Amino acid sequence: MNYALLVQGAPYSQQAAHSALRFAHALIARGHTLGTIFFYHDGVYNASRLATPPQDEPHLVEAWRRLHEDHGTSLLVCIAAALRRGIIDEREARRHGKAGYAVESPFELTGLGQLLDVHSNHDRLVTFSP
Amino acid sequence: MSDTTDNSMLVVLRHAPHGSSWLREGLDVALVGAALGKKVHLLFLGDGVLALATGQQHGPLGQKGTHPTLDMLEMYDIDMILVDGKALTQRGLTADDLQLPVSLIDDATLPEIFARHSSIYNF
Repeated sequence: MNYALLVQGAPYSQQAAHSALRFAHALIARGHTLGTIFFYHDGVYNASRLATPPQDEPHLVEAWRRLHEDHGTSLLVCIAAALRRGIIDEREARRHGKAGYAVESPFELTGLGQLLDVHSNHDRLVTFSP
Repeated sequence: MSDTTDNSMLVVLRHAPHGSSWLREGLDVALVGAALGKKVHLLFLGDGVLALATGQQHGPLGQKGTHPTLDMLEMYDIDMILVDGKALTQRGLTADDLQLPVSLIDDATLPEIFARHSSIYNF
């Protein structure tokens, strides 16, 4: 089956993102496809390239990125939820006159409409919320 | 609810307004769905029923508030608003205290409501 995950919890503060990552690995180990992960609500913090966890803790941002590199999973981030939380990419930073940016490829800022498309073109959408 | 089809989506709202952005961001999904031509049904459960209480204002936190969005739902053809009757009663409310006309449901019908929708979003 082709799965999509909806992640709504911030990394390190709550369990949701960590459970989602474990579920992602379990799906792939079982031979399923993980087509897309959509980050919404506080889940958008999972897309920050500036995250710098201590070395003895799992690096969630790197783990999401590796899912994209190894399995082609799309990493979509709701732009409306992200911008108001300071999770912006280089283009939005330029547009709003900000010096830095937090989102880079393979994470993509996208509209909420994409979440509905993801739901309709994957076999399952599984939500992970705090 | 007879118009439920593969195009239908259920947005479940379980959080009270003001204390978090769950309600606002959940309603955003409902509005986007309606704008994309989906038949959107809302289901208010638990503390989510407080979202519908009349007389809400913006409050001192500077949040936008969700009551204006609720007033706009009809414009988006979102007119199926399901509310857990028991959750209302537990919070000292009745359907007359709500800012919109709603359909009261009870726990026993929940499995059927979930089964009837092709896509479900939980906030």
